Amino acid sequence: MKRSANIFLLSLPSLLWLLIFYALPVFIVFLFAFRTSDAYGGIGDKWTLDTVRNLFSPGFSAVIWRTVWLGVVSTALSIVIAVPIAYHLAKMSPKLRNIVLMLIIVPFWTNFLIRIFAWKVFLNPEGILRRTLVLIGLIPEETMLLYNQWAVLAVMVYTYLPYAILPIYAAAEKFDFALLDAAKDLGASSFQGFRKVFLPSISKSIWVAVMVVLIPALGAYLIPDLVGGPTSEMMGDRIAQSVFTERNLPRASALSALLMITVFLPLLLMTALKWIFGKDDEEEESRTMGARS
Amino acid sequence: MSDSILQFQNITKRFGSQTVLDNVSLDVGAGEIFSLLGPSGCGKTTLLRICGGFESPDNGRVILDGKDITSLPPNKRAIRTVFQNYALFPHMTVWDNVAFGLKIAGADKETITREAGKYIELVQLTGHEKKKPGQLSGGQRQRVAIARALVNKPKILLLDEPLAALDLKLRQRMLIELDTIHDEVGITFLFVTHDQQEAMSISDHIAVMHNGSVEQVGNPVELYEAPKNSFIAAFIGDTNFFDGIVESVDGEYCTVAIKDFPSLKVYNDKKLKKGDKVNLSIRPEKFSISSTEPRITDAHTNLLRGKVEEVIYLGAHTRYWVRVQDWRISVIKQHFSYALDEKNIRWDDEVWLRFEGDNAYMLERYTQEDENLLALPDI
Ligand SMILES: Nc1ncnc2c1ncn2[C@@H]1O[C@H](COP(=O)(O)OP(=O)(O)OP(=O)(O)O)[C@@H](O)[C@H]1O
Ligand SMILES: [Mg+2]
Repeated sequence: MKRSANIFLLSLPSLLWLLIFYALPVFIVFLFAFRTSDAYGGIGDKWTLDTVRNLFSPGFSAVIWRTVWLGVVSTALSIVIAVPIAYHLAKMSPKLRNIVLMLIIVPFWTNFLIRIFAWKVFLNPEGILRRTLVLIGLIPEETMLLYNQWAVLAVMVYTYLPYAILPIYAAAEKFDFALLDAAKDLGASSFQGFRKVFLPSISKSIWVAVMVVLIPALGAYLIPDLVGGPTSEMMGDRIAQSVFTERNLPRASALSALLMITVFLPLLLMTALKWIFGKDDEEEESRTMGARS
Repeated sequence: MSDSILQFQNITKRFGSQTVLDNVSLDVGAGEIFSLLGPSGCGKTTLLRICGGFESPDNGRVILDGKDITSLPPNKRAIRTVFQNYALFPHMTVWDNVAFGLKIAGADKETITREAGKYIELVQLTGHEKKKPGQLSGGQRQRVAIARALVNKPKILLLDEPLAALDLKLRQRMLIELDTIHDEVGITFLFVTHDQQEAMSISDHIAVMHNGSVEQVGNPVELYEAPKNSFIAAFIGDTNFFDGIVESVDGEYCTVAIKDFPSLKVYNDKKLKKGDKVNLSIRPEKFSISSTEPRITDAHTNLLRGKVEEVIYLGAHTRYWVRVQDWRISVIKQHFSYALDEKNIRWDDEVWLRFEGDNAYMLERYTQEDENLLALPDI
């Protein structure tokens, strides 16, 4: 009893922090979705359900769908690219590894907007990439590389890839590569060893990477705004529009709430699935920990 | 030697400028326990990794069952390894670890259930199938590693210091169990160790390695009684070394003059001539120690007088250090009779040492370098 009281006291500051700076604002956002807006772009003083009712304007389901697929596909691509990179990083000599890690991290020191504008230059119709591709006949003359969903996808993967690499690399670095020798010794090909021994050993970090990438990817708005065309709007764009152009805060709040629900639903689902199927696993692990300590 | 199943032919391996294996050739007989024995860093693991396919030799060939496997990858060799740290898959249960090789080989469900079950039983882990490696003791982990390696019925099982991580009692028990398992499966074991007792007690043949070369191959008795050189004589068991010159030859025997020591009459194993240099090894148990003058029955019996400098009582036997002129001789006395009834030899006693000329052994060479190397502790 006393112990749990102590734990409560110790965690009080962080609990308060979470409450004030996280739970409360989220609650306010949900609340604003049900208020009227006033003439000056602020929050009115009446309750209404109209905002929520009118949320599904024509074309809105396409935006939701696009947000989900761009988010999911960019996450999947980031993971698929990050896993082999993390694998090779972990196997590299420390000297080379530091250089490569630097190369991954250095772009962060440049402003995000500038990096996106670099992409705009790179994918520009008059840019070197498009002209080279046309010249060697890989793409027809009229193909545009910029201002479409593919440009959005490419820049999203570019942006979120480091966030996927770092947690997976952290796990891969702790992986005992002698286990791959053991797998080979038992008859497994390199690929079988990778799939049956390496991947399961770092699976937790892959889930972490999924979370770390999927959540900001679903909320992206600068990227579709800058490199996407009129047909690559995402939820984030709609929210920004409601705030800055329409000056309709209740609508922005309702959209944000919807986005949050979209993010949390798969999260909840995944946690539930893990809880149902992975129960034995966790139990055993805690027993192991107990035995060790 | 029985039919050979594995041959190393002139294996040479360099790491950078360091030659780790220098022209190593070995013949391993089918079904035997063959040990690679040598001090730390002599290249045992490297030779094993070449056998498993994890390193490729700069020169030479590995022949398994008559076929050259030198360039085959590890997963294409009918060879399995018990790694030094076991390398069990931590995310898999005992069962899945053992079944891994069968699943990879594409065995059907029935075979997997039967075979994995059989080998788990063989290593006495029935009931632990659902545990993960993290929940097992060191000895149990090692059994999993053995079962996992045996399940595909390899032609050779490689074991890299499999007992090094276990404590002394468990080590002795596992050694017996390894022997039992070997008898049961009939697979050739190639066993790496730097512990001479381990090698002596389990092996059919031992190759003693030193600085990347094989010094001598033989069965345990040959290695102990007829070591080729001082390195082996000192590495396997204890011994007394004597440096001398042949004084006179008398038929099959000769007399060896040793500086500051009585001359010794020994069997002239190497057919040396008068004036030849000779290095003798006399094992401590070959001396018999007594406080009264023993009767000499044989013309080739040597008798030495000395003074006891140290006594270490060890139950079954006692070790004495006896000073004879300028030399300290190590002597072991077995207690055949009830030791309390005997008149004990004590520190500072004047004693007689007797040994038969047949029980000394002439070594090929004896260099200061060898002795220095032996003086270094194992790392
Ligand atoms: N991958 C490698 N790169 C460079 N040098 C190596 C490598 N592997 C082994 N060596 C060197 O080769 C020598 C022999 O190593 P090896 O591991 O075969 O010794 P060992 O006989 O197994 O010793 P121990 O009893 O300590 O295990 C050592 O000097 C070691 O430093
Ligand atoms: Mg070794």
